[in-house]
Amino acid sequence: MAFQPYHTKTDRLAHYLYWGVGLGVLLFLILPILVVIPLSFSSDSFLSYPMPGWSLRWYEEVLTSEQWTSALKNSLLIGSAATLLATILGTLAAIGLNYADFKGKNLMLSLMISPMVVPLVISALGLYFFFAEMGLNASFLGLVLAHAILGAPFVLITVNATLQGFDRNLMRAASSLGANPWISFWKVVLPLILPGVISGGLFAFATSFDEVVVALFVAGPEQRTLPRQMFDGIRENITPAILAVSTLLTLFALALLSTLEWLRRRNERLQGR
Amino acid sequence: MELAVENNGPSLKDESRELKIRLRRSQRRQKMKALLLVAPLFLFTLIVFITPIALMMVRSVESPEVQNAFPETSKALMQWQATELPSVDIYALMVQEIRQSWADKTLSQAAQRINYEDPGFRSLLTRTARQLSRGSAPKTAAEAKALLIKTNAQWGELPTWQVIKNTAPAYTSYYLLTSLDLQKNAQGDIVAAPEDQGIYVNIFLRTLWIAFVVTMICLVLGFPLAHLLANAPSKYANLLMIGVLLPFWTSLLVRTSAWVVVLQKNGLINGLLESIGLINEPLILLFNRPGVYIGLVHILLPFMVLSLYSVMKSIPGTYMRAALSLGAHPVVAFFKVYVPQTLPGVAAGFLLCFIMSIGYYITPALIGSPQDQMISYFIAYYTNNVINWGMASALGAILLLASTLLFVLYARLSNRNQIKMG
Repeated sequence: MAFQPYHTKTDRLAHYLYWGVGLGVLLFLILPILVVIPLSFSSDSFLSYPMPGWSLRWYEEVLTSEQWTSALKNSLLIGSAATLLATILGTLAAIGLNYADFKGKNLMLSLMISPMVVPLVISALGLYFFFAEMGLNASFLGLVLAHAILGAPFVLITVNATLQGFDRNLMRAASSLGANPWISFWKVVLPLILPGVISGGLFAFATSFDEVVVALFVAGPEQRTLPRQMFDGIRENITPAILAVSTLLTLFALALLSTLEWLRRRNERLQGR
Repeated sequence: MELAVENNGPSLKDESRELKIRLRRSQRRQKMKALLLVAPLFLFTLIVFITPIALMMVRSVESPEVQNAFPETSKALMQWQATELPSVDIYALMVQEIRQSWADKTLSQAAQRINYEDPGFRSLLTRTARQLSRGSAPKTAAEAKALLIKTNAQWGELPTWQVIKNTAPAYTSYYLLTSLDLQKNAQGDIVAAPEDQGIYVNIFLRTLWIAFVVTMICLVLGFPLAHLLANAPSKYANLLMIGVLLPFWTSLLVRTSAWVVVLQKNGLINGLLESIGLINEPLILLFNRPGVYIGLVHILLPFMVLSLYSVMKSIPGTYMRAALSLGAHPVVAFFKVYVPQTLPGVAAGFLLCFIMSIGYYITPALIGSPQDQMISYFIAYYTNNVINWGMASALGAILLLASTLLFVLYARLSNRNQIKMG
């Protein structure tokens, strides 16, 4: 903003203060994440500046260690399976909710989004008891089901939001042109709501990929996920190897963020908003 | 067209009724289809989420252990008046069932359960069981009574039997009362627990206090940033927004580990301050309350900023300009005109942060001292460390109640359909 002659000194000071405070808070948010990234390239295990030299040894350690790679594999496996389940169920439910009005709709919606709201420790405790009776504790299936239920509300809400701007006449047009409901879903509805479905899926995947509380309760050593591995690492002794994983996860977050932003823009453009 | 209507005059009514029926039928079909689409997720939620939560609620009042180990004795004791020692028949049942449950290995759970209410009972029961199982079974009831009292004189005292009677029913208020620092006295009245045992109310208060402080800091820091985001020229605003969204999307373990590196004793902040000569001794920033505040604020701040931003974005600038042009001092105009318009966002952000922080586990567990642990930590502790599922469930039930009440308030304030993420 350019200052005008009528702006007093106080005005200018206030303006700088205003930007200063805002940017200061922003730095508080972003700086801790960025400032530890260079340390992951350190040639030594000291976690402080100045660094003695650069090296990729910590990345090598992470990528060759059995513990980290199996944790990554578990996380990807459980995350994908949970995302698939959550995305299918969430998308169908969102379409159903927008298809017609029926009794108890609001109650059903509240119950279906409740996993997002209930504190994780409580979900974890309940699932632990439930899985104990079903024999699902310390199993892949158990963790996949748990993560699917935590991720499904995100899919439901995102797809629901996309459907708010959906023109039902397009489906009518498709039927009048002879498409059966199945074809009109695949050829008309899905392509239009796909950005919402993908964002919802990404939300669900991110939820699973970053989830540690439920994993602490119901997973066994066989299902050790990446966050679980990090949790133990931070608790015991924090090394540059953890920061190397952190850096990779931050890059992942950046990729996720860009994808979502791109999808959001595409959606806005397509709907002419 | 007109002609046709006239010709079909008499049947017009029929036709419209027919049409209505068909319309209703097709609407019913649509409803069925909608329900069929919603059903899979609904049933999945019901089975994999609502049932487990209900199971937890039941566990907070369930007390099957004593009945499992001593079924007949429990039944008899529930009839017993508890004013004088039980009859010799009950003694005989007890001896028989102690021996039986020792062999079945159900005794230890009952001993554990009674031990919660009367510390020391586990060793009494185990010692008694070990001795009884060595000898042969008593032949008469009187012999059984004598034998039991011989193994330990406590069996000849009234309070011993009262405790078993109290723990015998299948449902108990013990866990919930203990979670609130209450207990039942011998007369069955609810009284405050002795001071050295009453720790949970303090933990709940601590949880609420930490959540409140964190939320207030988020509000104070989030307000100027949200205002900047909502009012900055769009070429900057997008860039600034990434600064809020990147932490929002970054794994919270990444952020927690970053804070450990930044705050620890030989961490970045202490290193920086020492190198410029501001301090000689490293500051203690980790494993204490300020550390927990910093970590939690960092995690919850994006939620506050986004809540405020969505409201601020929709406030037109004309009101402020009008106030200023009418001669209001900018500060007065800000507080009297602008701030009141942001209140829906403030309330939503406040509740959202508060709800999320009262249930937080990871960050306090990793960067707090034992004195900074919140209620979630104790739920995890009772589940995974000392196996006391009743206590874990009771604490969980209270936390769930608090969160649900707050969330209903939140939903009222920010019309549910408008919940958005990011």
